[in-house]
Amino acid sequence: MGAVEYGIQNRKVDDIGLIQGAARLTPERIQKTIQKVLAGETGAKLKAYSEICVRCGLCAEACHFYMSHDGDPSYSPVGKVKQTMWVMLDKKGKVSPEFIYQAAQVAYTECNLCKRCVQYCPFGIDTAYIMLVVRRICHLLGVIPQYIQDTAHSHASTMNQMWVKDDEWIDALQWQEDEARDEIPNLRIPLEKEGAEIMYSVIGPEPKFRTQLIMQAAVLMNEAGMDWTMPATTGWDNSDMAMYTGDNEIMARLKRDHFECAQRLKVKRIVMGECGHAFRSIYDMGNRALAWRMHPVPVVHALEFYWELLRDGKLKVAKPFEKTVTLHDPCNVIRGRGLHEKAREVVRAFCPNFIEMIPNREHNYCCSAGGGVINCGPPFKNVRVQGNRVKAEQLKATGAEVCISPCHNCHGGLEDIIHGYKLGMELKFLIDIIYECMEKPNAAE
Amino acid sequence: MQDKSAWNWEPGKRVVLDTAKCKEGFEWLEELQASPDGEKCAAVVNLGELEFSVCVNGENWGNTYSRIWYPRFGPDGRLSALCSDGMEWTVAVDDEPWEEGHGYLFNTKFSRDGSVIAVALQDDMKYGMAKDGEAWENLFDNANNFALSPTGNATAAAVQVEPLDQADINKFQGGIFSVAVDGRAWDERFVNVWTPVFDPAGERVAAQVRKTLYDYTIAVDGKIWPGNYTCVWEPAFRPGGGIVAPVRSGGKWGLAEDDNLIWDAKYFQCWHQAFSADGKVAAAIVSPKYGKFTVAVDKAEWGLYFPVVVDLVLSACGSRAAALGKDEDEMWTIMVDGAAWPGRYARAWTPVFSPDARRVAAKVETNGKYTVLLDGRPFGQDFDQVWDPVFSPEGDKVLIRAVDNGQYCRIVALTSEF
Repeated sequence: MGAVEYGIQNRKVDDIGLIQGAARLTPERIQKTIQKVLAGETGAKLKAYSEICVRCGLCAEACHFYMSHDGDPSYSPVGKVKQTMWVMLDKKGKVSPEFIYQAAQVAYTECNLCKRCVQYCPFGIDTAYIMLVVRRICHLLGVIPQYIQDTAHSHASTMNQMWVKDDEWIDALQWQEDEARDEIPNLRIPLEKEGAEIMYSVIGPEPKFRTQLIMQAAVLMNEAGMDWTMPATTGWDNSDMAMYTGDNEIMARLKRDHFECAQRLKVKRIVMGECGHAFRSIYDMGNRALAWRMHPVPVVHALEFYWELLRDGKLKVAKPFEKTVTLHDPCNVIRGRGLHEKAREVVRAFCPNFIEMIPNREHNYCCSAGGGVINCGPPFKNVRVQGNRVKAEQLKATGAEVCISPCHNCHGGLEDIIHGYKLGMELKFLIDIIYECMEKPNAAE
Repeated sequence: MQDKSAWNWEPGKRVVLDTAKCKEGFEWLEELQASPDGEKCAAVVNLGELEFSVCVNGENWGNTYSRIWYPRFGPDGRLSALCSDGMEWTVAVDDEPWEEGHGYLFNTKFSRDGSVIAVALQDDMKYGMAKDGEAWENLFDNANNFALSPTGNATAAAVQVEPLDQADINKFQGGIFSVAVDGRAWDERFVNVWTPVFDPAGERVAAQVRKTLYDYTIAVDGKIWPGNYTCVWEPAFRPGGGIVAPVRSGGKWGLAEDDNLIWDAKYFQCWHQAFSADGKVAAAIVSPKYGKFTVAVDKAEWGLYFPVVVDLVLSACGSRAAALGKDEDEMWTIMVDGAAWPGRYARAWTPVFSPDARRVAAKVETNGKYTVLLDGRPFGQDFDQVWDPVFSPEGDKVLIRAVDNGQYCRIVALTSEF
């Protein structure tokens, strides 16, 4: 029996975007594009990463894909770099269309850009950054999985990720305002309130199919006495799949629209719902693509906002949430922003029966949906579910009845894992529990 | 536009409306809106379940609706609002609804003098615009980036001219977007279209377009500039000149006029270009060093740099410019002609020039209270709410519209009172 040959070539997935994109390529175009990106858009960081990696493999066990595939080295972070960027560098861009197809599949669907591995690398090599450079090259070559490319098209055309038309957004808010008034008769979702303290922003799926989150946030804002508004124009969607396809120009356009919406409304800060990747886009990547070193309008993630309301006595617990719960730490707001203790303070305030999953906080395993992987759609669903068996084991070991996942992409990914591995857990956003258990002084009798 | 010389410029303070009393008859009263001349104060009011009206100086409109939103005074002082009876939407102007109802109406726009009102509309999931009650004859699968010309003679939007099946990335990249002017789409198709803008006469339209996923340029009346850029921002018609747009080339931003670089592409950012009324002076917000923003006037940078600069305005004659800068402590400074006013504020609003450009005023917030600054000096009173200041035609007085202890008041202040 011969040695097992590991690698992406053994697990190619058919995807229209990848197939058709690769078919249009020529070696000349590939080489020119790779060299242009390497020369014009990368610098010392990529060079240093590629030169200082000693191939120790300490990053391997940080990756849920590697752990879930019984130590297949081609799923390790270093293995992913070895199959993509190192080849591009070694061959100075002289790679085949087939290579680009496989590199795209690795970069878009087998790495969640979660940065867990960065913590285990003795040199702090940021594999997520390297995978983003690979994605940037694939974007410029037009080799992108179909569904996430469609999402980027939606962003470019509507400034939101779900093809929500301008009126549908406003209508969804007014509908949720009506829904909320069944419980809080005088509740308002103030549209276009220029000079409010807070602009509340959400991601595309909320008006599309998670509308209850808008209603719950409106109840929280009203009952906490916040001076807030939501825009009736584009700029309401803080999400950004263009950031993950490598379309940095559309990423920047989206963030400009978002921040200039807040600036037009003259708010002091943006509070955003429970989304992780949007936070990364607003707080780190999209803003900086526009030459803002930090966010031009302060941004507060929902987890921090809940914590702040509790601290200030504006959010009070009316009743405990009795079921046993565990908490999933989303990468972009925990490793990316350090909100893990604040999240726990809020969870503990409402949930007396809180069970930590292990590992947790900044060491938590990724959901395997983030980084745009879930947005690559049905062709890759099995890739991310089978690629996160460790998450299923981690969840199961808690024995908790409910998993709290304060991130949209994590929510989608964990839902598939819970179903796929038959864990029988409920999945909730934190606002679901807050809404259910908070004091509502203005509620109808 | 109202004739400001006809307004009451008698110095002094007058209470127009006691909002506390006003609230008594309603379940709730929404955000106050002040008319340009300060003589009226209006708000949407709830009269009971699914019954709304608009209260103007304490008097309700005769019509009630199940929902009313976006009440706004136009430049001519007329008050419009978007109203629904539960089935259809209309625009009510001074309590007179447009005759024809629509599936949904939104995004109210006023011509420069306020005489024309336009809105975006949706009927049976088709999109377009309506102007003074008259809807486009052709509607589209989608429309956005709506525009009304300064004179009010024309409307435009980015439109989707063909249906798109779910996740049909090939058809999308073949180009299904265009610009429609008064409902008639250009023949040209683009991957994306953004921000159509009119020339001052409302006869020409320019827009940002993406020709492929990677090539951006400017289209003017359907014809694209030959040059390709890695990104562009919204174009503007230079009075008496060409079309000027920020363009990105070689990783940096500059300004191009009719596809020729007039400001070298050397900035990390360049946007919000503005011109004097005669077009001779050009200014823009620029970032010459990463993370540091300032204003450049005819390419000359101000010596003041902030992490954030917004709200650039030029005086009509172009001799002066003003903008807002925000520092690392999230405090705002007002900059005029490259010099900072002394105060730092929790918030500041767009500076306003007097007609002769000699004076500048701006609304600011400190410790949760609002006031108006004139040439950097505060008015002698703080308020609970303030609207943007308005200069008298001679520039010797400032109209302050404010709420003080629940009373909406109209103050005509002499410049000596600052």
